[in-house]
Formats: sequence, C-alpha cells, structure tokens
Amino acid sequence: MFKRKHLLGIEGLTRDEIDHILDTAQSMVEVSKRSVKKVPALRGKTVVNLFFEPSTRTRISFELAAKRLSADLINFSGSSSSLVKGESFRDTVLNLEAMHPDIFVVRHSQAGSAYYLTTFSKSSVVNAGDGAHEHPTQALLDALTIRQHKGELDNLKITIVGDILHSRVARSNIFLLSQYKTKIVLSGPPPLIPPEFSDMGVEIEYDLDKAVEGSDVVMMLRIQRERQTGSYFPSLREYRKFYQLTKKRLARADKDAIVMHPGPINRGIELMKDIADSDKSVILNQVSNGIAVRMAVLYLISGGSHEFNN
Amino acid sequence: MNLIIKNGRVIDPSQNLDEELDILIENGKVAKIGKKLNAPDFKEVDAKGLFVFPGFIDMHTHLREPGYEYKEDIKTGTEAAAAGGITSVACMANTNPINDNEGVTSFIIERAKDVAKVNVFPIGAVSKRMQGEELVEMGYIAEAGAVGFSDDGYPVRSSLVLRRALEYQRMIDKIIIEHAEDLELSGDGVANESPLTYKLGLKGIPSASETAIIARDIEILRQVGGRIHFAHLSSKWSVELIENAKINNLNVTAEVTPHHLLLNEQFVETFSPLYKMKPPLRSEEDRVSLVEGLKKGIIDAIATDHAPHTQDEKELEFGFAPFGVIGLETVVGLIFDRLVMSGVISVFRFAELLSKNPAKILGLESKGSLEIGKDGDITIIDPEKKVVIDPDKFKSKAKNSPFIGWEVKGWPVYTIVGGEIVFNGVDN
Repeated sequence: MFKRKHLLGIEGLTRDEIDHILDTAQSMVEVSKRSVKKVPALRGKTVVNLFFEPSTRTRISFELAAKRLSADLINFSGSSSSLVKGESFRDTVLNLEAMHPDIFVVRHSQAGSAYYLTTFSKSSVVNAGDGAHEHPTQALLDALTIRQHKGELDNLKITIVGDILHSRVARSNIFLLSQYKTKIVLSGPPPLIPPEFSDMGVEIEYDLDKAVEGSDVVMMLRIQRERQTGSYFPSLREYRKFYQLTKKRLARADKDAIVMHPGPINRGIELMKDIADSDKSVILNQVSNGIAVRMAVLYLISGGSHEFNN
Repeated sequence: MNLIIKNGRVIDPSQNLDEELDILIENGKVAKIGKKLNAPDFKEVDAKGLFVFPGFIDMHTHLREPGYEYKEDIKTGTEAAAAGGITSVACMANTNPINDNEGVTSFIIERAKDVAKVNVFPIGAVSKRMQGEELVEMGYIAEAGAVGFSDDGYPVRSSLVLRRALEYQRMIDKIIIEHAEDLELSGDGVANESPLTYKLGLKGIPSASETAIIARDIEILRQVGGRIHFAHLSSKWSVELIENAKINNLNVTAEVTPHHLLLNEQFVETFSPLYKMKPPLRSEEDRVSLVEGLKKGIIDAIATDHAPHTQDEKELEFGFAPFGVIGLETVVGLIFDRLVMSGVISVFRFAELLSKNPAKILGLESKGSLEIGKDGDITIIDPEKKVVIDPDKFKSKAKNSPFIGWEVKGWPVYTIVGGEIVFNGVDN
C-alpha cells in the first residue's frame, strides 16, 4: 500500500510501496492509449507545477498526467537563482498556497528543497527533482519500463554510466533498485564516481567494458557538457573514448539487454544513433511510462485507493 | 563600589585553585581571595553552591559592526555575550568596511566604550581588503588596539603574505589566526564530503580543504618561526597535524567550536540551514577526535565563531542559506553540561579552554586568571539551573542557533566585568 501525503524521494519507500505505485501506473498506461485520454479521478483538484529549474519533458509529463486525471493544472516557472533580487522560494510557495492548491510538483536546483517545502506548506508535495538529491518519478518510470521488458525487477544486473556525482536520477534509481535482488554497477570517470558511493550498496567499475559485462539493463546518463569539461575529466574526446556506449561495448551485455537514458541525449557523446535509435533502446518507452507513473503518483498521494478502476 | 563574591566554588587553573572562597573586587581588580572577606562598603553576590570562574573569553566572534548592523551590532552582540557568561570577546575583521586599518580598529574600540556590555578586543585583517595579496599595516592596527590578525572567512590566501606576517610578528607580537580552508577544494560545497552527503546530493567540502592549509601554514612556520592559532578545527586529521606540530615544538594553538564538539553531519539530513556552517559538521569519528583533542591538550580553546544572520537570510534552501551559526549565549551552558558535568573534561580544563588559554593566546595579560591584581572579570555558573534553549530569549539580534530546544542543566547566572555585574540571571 502507498498511503503517503508526499513523494519526496525513493529512499525510505518499502518494496511494497514501490510495487504498489508501479502496479497502479501499469493500470494507468491504458488511459493514454484511448481516444478520449481522460479519467475523472482528480476532478476538482489543483496541481501546481512549480519549476525553479529549466525542464521541458518532466514538466510536460506532469502536466499531461494531471490533465488526464482531470485535475486543474497551472505552471509556475521561476529561476532558483533569482532569489537574490526577487522573492524567496518560501514566499513564492506561500503566495501560491494562499490560492488553495492541492499538490505542488516541485523542481529545484537545491538538494532538500522538496522536503523543505513540506516544512512550511500544507499541500501534498511531489519531488520532480531536487538538485543532485532525488528524482523519484524518474526512477519509478525507469522501473516500470524495466519491468515491462524484463518481467520483474529481481535477478537483474543494471549498469549505470556517466555523471553519477551530479545525478539525482542515479541516486533515485540506486535507492529503488536496491530494494530488489539486483546487482548495480556504476561506471564513469572516477571524479564523477567517488568511492563513497559504494556505501550505497553498489559496485563501482571504472572500466566500462567490464561494467557492462552481462548486464540486463544499461542506463546511460547525460553528461552536462557546460559543467563538466575541463574540471571532472579532461575532454569530451576522452570521455567518448572511454565511456561512450558503442555497439561493440554493448555486445558484452546480455543479448536481451535494454538501453535506457533519462534524456535529453547528447548524441555523439554518451550515445550514438546506432544505439539510441536501435531496437535495444527503450528511451521513448520511458517517456511514455513517465505519464503513467506520474498519474499514479498524483492519484495515490491524493488518497486514491489501491484499485484503480475506471 | 566594591564587590564580594561569597562562598563560591572558585576554580582558577592559573593558581591551581578549587576551593570554596570569597573574592573581593576593588576598583575593577581582584583585590583579595580568602575566607570570610569583608570590606568597608561592598555589594555582595551570594555564590553558595555556584561555580566561580575567571571570566570567559570568546576569542572568535562576529559582532558585524560596522556595516552589518542588521545582523548584529556591538551592543546586542555583547549583551548576548553577557547573557551567556562571556566577559570578553575578540571580534573578527570581516565587517564593512573591513578592519584592515587603524581607523576601523579605533572605531570598534570607541564604540565598544559607549555601548558594549563586555570587553571587546578587535582582530585586524591580515591582508588589505582580505584579498590575501598585501599585508595590512600591522603596526598601526596593533597600536590602535587590535589583539591579533585574521582574514577569517577566508584563509590567508598567499603563502608569501603569511610568511611576511609571521616574520613581522618578531616586531608586532600579535597572534595570526588562520581560517584554514583551501577555497578551491571547498569550491561551492555546502556540507561535509562524506558518504552521507554524497547520498543526499549535497556538494561536499572535503577535510583536505582544512588540512591542506594547516599543513601549509605549519611548514611555513617551521621555516620562519612565529605563532599561528588555527580557528574552528573540524577534522580528526587537523587534530593530528596540530599534535605533530606541538610535538615538534612549533608555536601553534587551536580552537574548536561548541557545534563541532556537540553535533555531527547527521543533522544535515534535516536539510535545515541551522546546521550549515564553515567548516561543516563532520563525521562522528571527527567529532570524537575533537573531544579527545580537548582532553589531551592538543586543542587549546573553545570559541563560538558566533555568526549572526537574520532569519530571512537563513530561512532558505540549504544550498542558498549563508554559512554560520550563533553561539555566544549557549556555549558556556552547553559545554558545562555536556562535557564538564558529564565527566568528559574537568572544571579546570574547562576554565583553561574558555579563559586562561584564550587570554594567553591573545596576549591579554590581565585576564584569564583570578590572581590578585588581575581584572575583576568573573563568570558564575549555577550547576543546578535548568534551561531549555529558546531563541525568543536571545539578546542577540539573530536566532540561528543549532541548539534550539536543547535541555541544559547548569547555566551562567552572573557575568561580572571589571567588578560590575553586567548580567544577573538568578531570577529568570
């Protein structure tokens, strides 16, 4: 069962809760395939998309999820760096809260800000990414995608490749997949994967060839070009040489391996067309599942029951 | 008027004293210590059942005046000190304008004469505008009354400027206080670099940020001599570096804050900016080694690094809130309860850490002791007084304490400066 008021992160969720969200999401998948893509589950509820960091796909995904559940939705885009001149995060939220929304979906550049929001707001909060901390709905949609392709989340080897240090996607995925019988291997340039990550119950293998060996799932992360170059590794040229997922490297994985990416892809850096657009890639399935997962989450934190029957 | 403190348990490590005695203060100085003292005309403090210490000195305070009076000023900062049992504060130079010339030093001293409740001893900057490039006019600033030099908030950035400052100490014998932080290694970190903060997605500040500068400074000092005091140690490796330097007879001293002694990084899991400061709270292992460092005499002083900020400034997302917490009003009670009464350190050691040693490091010859002729600065603690730390009762303009809600047994009840009772907390 999932009876929480907020979804702030994956850490702390039980396996039962995760299964419950995924089961609910699976039953939501069908809604988006109808000609009339709408159910009345959240009619009369107001969802505020509170985005303090640029995002297209997550924002749109939550927007569609809310609308397909018949909720009213407004988008608020702010810059989390504007607080020096402008209004603080807290004041912004309190002003919006005075308009009586039900759910805040929050994206923010600072770790802990979704939790921080709950300390002064009465609304439900869904974390849509807080700094390098967590991005729970991404991990859930990844899990749903894996489950659809692999049948279960147990007995899998998952390799996560790239900028682990700055990645909330990696953290949430690690928390989620650790609840199952999985082997999680991290790979990428050493400055982006400090050894301390092994405290989270994962293995670290800096040699990508070894890291993908026998993997069922290869999860590629986006390299943020503007941030990393020159500081965490010497050049994109060198990154490509050691950490691009080439066909040759992918051949070392399980023959039925799937390739995932949270997007947006840097084509030519972490992935090239030969894999991104191949039948190994489930990247667009992830995007579709994003809506189902977010529908499930919005539904469940609003007090939706176990059985989702339309 | 004369003052007699009657029947208190007088603790003074400078005289190896732990005895129930009276103290007579005449003309602001300790005139007599003994049994059943009397004087022609005196005011009496009944200290039966109370601990009487040489006045406590906070050698690391930010009073924020001039320039940031909205956070704190000399009046409110010293009222906070008095309410916390602190009789003297040394105030850091990162004001606006920066205390890098004798004009600012004189301003602070003059202002303190008018409004301060306790003694105020300014610390000058080491480098002009704290840029780490050019040495300040240490001679002029010292003559104006500065008791030491520090670019606190920043390290002395240039190794060469540090060398010159140490050489200049042969002429101007004032302590150099180092905020040991390699700014490049700290980067935009906001919390300890550790498995915990990697998990939380908070940018880390490695211990090496602190130790790299301590090691650099020790090696420069080994070459040219002089003396350095290291502010706010946070890491066990720093304790080890200081210990080794002392074994090698290098003239270094060090301080630790109450928050680094009593808290660890686990508190950061709340994402509350009340646990955000520099250096950051580190692991439990680090915390324990800081306490050990106190016990073994490797660490010489406890200092608050009282860093007032307004609630509006501090009530932000963890990553955006400014660094720093206040401490003047809570240090004495907290350390007395959690470390002295619990048996971790002795009352003697407590008095050394908060009075004798800071006085010695800062060159305050008439302080840190209750010998006859010394200043009549006294802190009296009631070991039975119970307090729940409540920010609404703070005299400081700021409320950014990480100890809000803590229950403490043992609290300062009289603060006496130059024979004047500047705080009487017996009745509240």
